[in-house]
Amino acid sequence: MKPDVSSSGPPLVELRGISKRYGDLLANDGIDLAIEPGEIHALLGENGAGKSTLVKILYGVIEPSAGEILWEGRPVSIASPVEARALGLGMVFQHFSLFDELTVAENIAVALSEEWSLSSVRGRLGEISRTYGLALDADRAVWTLSAGERQRIEIVRCLLQNPRLLILDEPTSVLTPQEAERLFETLDKLAADGCAILYISHKLEEVRRLCRRATILRAGRVVATIDPRERSAKEIAALMVGAEVGEIRADAPHRADGELLNVSHLSMPPAGLHGQALTDIDLVAHAGEVVGIAGVAGNGQSELFAALSGERTAGRADAVVIAGQACGNMGIDARRRLGAAFVPEERLGHAAAPTHRLSENTLISHAAAEVSRSGFILLNAARRLAQSIVRGFDVRTPENDPPARKLSGGNLQKFVIGREIIRRPRLLVVDQPTWGVDAGAARLIRQALVDLAREGSAVVVISQDLDELFEIADRMAVIHQGRMSPLKPTAQWTKEAVGLEMMGVAQAQGGAHAV
Amino acid sequence: MRFELTPRANVSPVARALAPVAAFITSFLIAGLVIWLMGRSPIAAFEVYVTQPLTDPWSLQELIVKATPLALIAIGLSYCFRANLWNIGAEGQYVMGAIFGSWLALATHGTEAGFWVLPAMLCLGIIGGALYGLIPAFLKTRFGVNEILTSLMLVYVAQLILDYLARGPWRDPKGFNFPQSVTFDPAATLPPILETGRVHYGALFALTAILVTAIILGRTLFGYRLKLTGDAPRAAQFAGFSARSTTLAVFAISGGLAGLAGIVEVSGQIGQIQPSISPGYGFTAITVAFLGRLNPIGILVAALVVALTFIGGESAQILLRLPLDLTQAFQGILLLCVLAADALVSYRVRFVTRGGGK
Repeated sequence: MKPDVSSSGPPLVELRGISKRYGDLLANDGIDLAIEPGEIHALLGENGAGKSTLVKILYGVIEPSAGEILWEGRPVSIASPVEARALGLGMVFQHFSLFDELTVAENIAVALSEEWSLSSVRGRLGEISRTYGLALDADRAVWTLSAGERQRIEIVRCLLQNPRLLILDEPTSVLTPQEAERLFETLDKLAADGCAILYISHKLEEVRRLCRRATILRAGRVVATIDPRERSAKEIAALMVGAEVGEIRADAPHRADGELLNVSHLSMPPAGLHGQALTDIDLVAHAGEVVGIAGVAGNGQSELFAALSGERTAGRADAVVIAGQACGNMGIDARRRLGAAFVPEERLGHAAAPTHRLSENTLISHAAAEVSRSGFILLNAARRLAQSIVRGFDVRTPENDPPARKLSGGNLQKFVIGREIIRRPRLLVVDQPTWGVDAGAARLIRQALVDLAREGSAVVVISQDLDELFEIADRMAVIHQGRMSPLKPTAQWTKEAVGLEMMGVAQAQGGAHAV
Repeated sequence: MRFELTPRANVSPVARALAPVAAFITSFLIAGLVIWLMGRSPIAAFEVYVTQPLTDPWSLQELIVKATPLALIAIGLSYCFRANLWNIGAEGQYVMGAIFGSWLALATHGTEAGFWVLPAMLCLGIIGGALYGLIPAFLKTRFGVNEILTSLMLVYVAQLILDYLARGPWRDPKGFNFPQSVTFDPAATLPPILETGRVHYGALFALTAILVTAIILGRTLFGYRLKLTGDAPRAAQFAGFSARSTTLAVFAISGGLAGLAGIVEVSGQIGQIQPSISPGYGFTAITVAFLGRLNPIGILVAALVVALTFIGGESAQILLRLPLDLTQAFQGILLLCVLAADALVSYRVRFVTRGGGK
């Protein structure tokens, strides 16, 4: 074994030449990575760069095709998450695995081994909460908690097993700026106590705030290991993408008089048991502007999208007015005929059928348009339309007219957005336009949204990505627990103010905008 | 150790086309093995099951007669199955179509009623089957009741109604107390296409249904609506296709076609109402629909193949004293082989040994 010269002992964990092959795809290609005890190490990369694959190998979820893992200098084989935990690894996944109906303490207890009683869990929970500032009420049911609180449960669950290495996968994607800052403080304390942290993200600012070392992946390979504080965000982005990422061009909004969307006093009961009700929502979008709606996931965004698109209809016709026509009680097809277009959050399964070819997928939102005549499908027209979307929006396809599932996330998103924009809609409503999309595609999509607005359409963007909204929105509002904050020009918002609204603090303080 | 199915990156069209052929050969080998284990000659069985029916003119006609109801019902079921809705009750819709149509035949029995009786019977058959099919569809859309259970249980209700009618109100008073109705008048009988032949006009109905369905499923928005509803229900909702009306429509169509098969069988084949009017066509048609991969032309071929096993099974029972149950077993083997061949064309099987990483 080669002695490590840079530090006193061997690294806590070292990956050597890790490769993982899926058919023709090399998801990881000879990756080397070393993490020292007490270090916060960032793993940076675009979607599809191989971050998740690498972490799953480390956590024993999948088996590498080649390479070895050394734990404190000893080669180990990690065949399952159970073995990973026994070794001292803890992982907080991006998507939580919690039982909504159980309390916080119960959720933690079910994941632990049998020697933990519910009362001992409660005791340790209080201790850990105090030490690391992870405020949690042991007896509350999980479904009443915010995303930030749910994440704390997952973190506490890991910490109870005294991990030596904690892995966090995109932990801030569901948090408000203030919640994220509290998470960073917790992580700083943990690292100071000697726990190593592998922090996976594509957000550069937080990596620069938190980490001293970052490994950057691109297309399955390590392209650089850097100190993120010594490089500019632009430099790091270029390393991740492999090319310079341009900025969005936007002329000043020339707001025309046309009011293309007017939502007034829209209220809706929740759709399911844990759905979010919408309460008294007002929203106006004019021709020529991009309206942004911020909020933490699960605060009524998908419900608002369904109400605007007509997938769920409101009781009153005048609750939603599109292009001067009251249509609150009309279905999605009727609203499309009024010149509206919609892009839902979920690409596969909602916006597009995974196994259907792109040409068939054009039929989903074009049923009323030129791809069919008196009930018959015009196959050639559909193919031509798919072709022009592919060309116009730089959709990279593995073959001519492939099934939707063969496209990468970014390319499929470009396709479903292009499918709507190519119709020149007067109103476009988009839910999470660049969720899980690589930087290049995200830039193209944002530019297309801004361009559509500048040509005289109204664009409503519902997004969790605050940076995105500050970049493209002319006016912004925040949705919290199904209620909407006032709509104000973006220049009048600060990130802190948005964060307060996202947590509902601003609404609670003196009811500043109640009636 | 366990099996793992990994999708193949590229599936050659040749392999996809040859898969059913391989499935056929495999199922014949398995069936031959079973027959050999039963102490009979597999070669003689093949002769009786396949060669004789396909070379004898009478058997060939019989093949078409048996394939007709199978094809009609299966083509209707393909609408449901494409939309991922599980109508298991075609047998009941078939019986109800026969009851509705036969009511007119019996009501006009012995009168001077003319040529309109037969078309009206066929229409009544379609209506009866469609209405009966709409019951599980309505229960599903209105109350969320699982359509598999309701459609299946309604089969037994329909069969018992038929049984009651054949033994009670519709029994022929001069029929020596046999549980059967009077024989239908010529005006209520579906004639054979050729005067001397056995093949009746039902075969043409089945062919028409297949062609029309091929156009509807492949070329129309309604066809795409079914495919989208089956493959991605949320996308179908996003496209503005209401799940409720799709459900009602496909159950009405498949019930209507099953009802048509029922009245065609009674008026063209049996000629009267009796307690049993089907050797399980409604259930076998489910096999036919999947053997044909829900493709209209595939269903036509599958209906002929399954009809062959019916006829071959009958001859084998007489000539080789092989039990009739063997026919059903063979139909099952055939379906399994076709499904397995489909899966093996799209997926690669891997044996995974546990304790990897070394």
